[in-house]
Amino acid sequence: MTGAAQGGKAPSLAARRERTSLGVKLLNAPYLLWSVIFIVVPILMVVFYAFSETASYYAISFSAGGQEYSCELPAGEGEEALTLEEAKEKAAERYGVALSEAEFTRATLEIRSGGFTLENLRQVWSPSSRHAMLLSFLYSFAATAISLVIAYPFAYVLSRSGAKSQRIQMLLIMLPMWMNMLVRTYSWQQILENNGIINKVFAFFGLGQATMLGTPGAVILGMVYNYLPYMILPIYTVMSKIDVSLLEAADDLGCNGFQKLCRLILPLSVPGVISGLIMVFVPSISTFYISQKMSNGMIKLVGDLIESKIKDQWGSGGLNVGAAMSLVLMVIILVCTFVMNRFSDEDGGGMVV
Amino acid sequence: MERFIELRGISKIYDGEKVLDNIDLDIHDKEFITLLGPSGCGKTTTLRIIAGFVTPDEGNVYFNGQEVSEVPPYKRPVNTVFQRYALFPHLNVFENVAFALRLRKTPKAEVEKRVREMLELVRLESFAKRGIDKLSGGQQQRVAIARALISRPKCLLLDEPLAALDAKLRKDMQVELRRIQRETGITFIFVTHDQEEALSMSDTVVVMANGRIQQIGSPIDIYNEPQNAFVADFIGESNILDGVMLADRRCRFARTNFDCLDAGFAPNEPVDIVIRPEDVDVVPPERGMLRGTVTAVTFKGVHYEIIVDIDGFKWMIQSTDFVAAGENIGLYIEPDAIHVMKKSEFSGMFGDYSTFSDEMDEENAANELPSDGEAEN
Repeated sequence: MTGAAQGGKAPSLAARRERTSLGVKLLNAPYLLWSVIFIVVPILMVVFYAFSETASYYAISFSAGGQEYSCELPAGEGEEALTLEEAKEKAAERYGVALSEAEFTRATLEIRSGGFTLENLRQVWSPSSRHAMLLSFLYSFAATAISLVIAYPFAYVLSRSGAKSQRIQMLLIMLPMWMNMLVRTYSWQQILENNGIINKVFAFFGLGQATMLGTPGAVILGMVYNYLPYMILPIYTVMSKIDVSLLEAADDLGCNGFQKLCRLILPLSVPGVISGLIMVFVPSISTFYISQKMSNGMIKLVGDLIESKIKDQWGSGGLNVGAAMSLVLMVIILVCTFVMNRFSDEDGGGMVV
Repeated sequence: MERFIELRGISKIYDGEKVLDNIDLDIHDKEFITLLGPSGCGKTTTLRIIAGFVTPDEGNVYFNGQEVSEVPPYKRPVNTVFQRYALFPHLNVFENVAFALRLRKTPKAEVEKRVREMLELVRLESFAKRGIDKLSGGQQQRVAIARALISRPKCLLLDEPLAALDAKLRKDMQVELRRIQRETGITFIFVTHDQEEALSMSDTVVVMANGRIQQIGSPIDIYNEPQNAFVADFIGESNILDGVMLADRRCRFARTNFDCLDAGFAPNEPVDIVIRPEDVDVVPPERGMLRGTVTAVTFKGVHYEIIVDIDGFKWMIQSTDFVAAGENIGLYIEPDAIHVMKKSEFSGMFGDYSTFSDEMDEENAANELPSDGEAEN
């Protein structure tokens, strides 16, 4: 009797669970669709372009002395670029035919794309892009370190101040973020310019002009200024979650302020620090706008290089090299993130990323 | 026993509300003293003042006769076991217990030895390498005690330490705490809202309400000789009646005159009369000093809890003999079952059993405590 009753109940329960899970799936569907279209597909495209070639070439066919010849010549880039006439000349030369004897049946510029190649990745390792990568790495590392030094004490004070003052301080942190980042960076450019506000103040006091725009310091300042809130917020979140009674227990057991910081607050805030490091490092290393504006285009970071490559004329293969650079950058970021996450606790209670 | 901690005229005001009002308290060496009271009575504030986390607005605290208001918490010879243990989540059991020693750069071998000793004392020897989040509530509790005891304080302060444990574990921990107190031979100041806990563990119980001490005494004194209606109601079950002292050893309540053992009141002084449910004998109506109708009977295991309506006042009586609801019974009250108290601010606040207060008590308890779930985190 009971068995039968249970038997009758079980499928209906299971069915209900299935229905809810279907409902959950449906609710999830828009997000899933969104991620596929705007995250998965673009990444696949990056991978595809990184490993495929786009090359322009001259397809040339001619006849001479009753014989047919045809060949393909790379159109080349920049100083090596060939004009159509030069290409014809080269083609004739290749077969030992005098240009005057050749009767061209076909001479066109063609673009070939889609073939597998490792050439793009090889170009990522070119001296200019290596240099940009190194600079990006150094600058974003510096920016992250400076942000941490500023944010950590601030987050601590913030988390320990009264509820009202916490709200006001939070507002002050968030306020600049209501403005577009491009606008904010542009205003920094105005401030640091040779005849900008700072130099005007210097001039007023009879001090010399200081060239600030275009220096690494300006670029790093731009990064710190723009991404500092991303360092403060996760650290603040983790710190405000530290139970007051833990601090009291530390007091009770004989901690002075410094010991409390080293033995309690520091280890307990590691997850927030890791989140902050990642959230500042990742956008800093891939930025192009900040470096462009703060260096007047004089300092080229990897982001700038990718931008200029992608902006290259279609057919030059720039898009593919840009994709390869993006891919390498992405892998570097993933590795960094992974390594940093290893330092945080496995529970990662405070992880924001 | 020597006087160890003295509180003199302690008052504390939070947001215009006086949470402690002129507290005087002596705490002796090697004593197990319990601050007992409902939530908001000021017991935890008193404890925190002794620990040094809270500075009183008025009054002084003395340790061995020395004023300590300028002494920070860690320089006082006391350590605290916090309500939700406050164990350090990033350290394992061993390092939590060793914390105070590590701060003082104690040699490794001694740390090892003393932590082992402490873990042995709280019976967690095999858990040294365990993470805090892998412990049950009772085990966390014991780690907290070991951590507080390792710096060999003269006094351990315990703030509702058993509140987050389930009933069975709580009983075990009560025995355990008494054993630890005996073995270490130090003073325990224990804060609880659970009167049963207070009675079964303490040498001295301090009953607090509305920021004032209502009564200080041994558990037996507190139970048998409550000083006012609040204490009588808060500790155990009691029938509290309006009465008049006719003369020494003669009182009147429930429209009946009784012999009693109390004396020293003015003639015809209005008083509160306390009669414990277990001190009333159920007899046939014709032999009863009072007669009434049974309105409810609840089986409680050892005894029946019987609610009797006598002239509209609902008495609670505990009896091992069964009576049926609706039955007419008589009550017989011996002179030593009657306890007479002076009228106080609490007179009339606690009356009969026409409404059960159990639910309210539970609510009070729940308000005072974090939920178990939180404590586990």
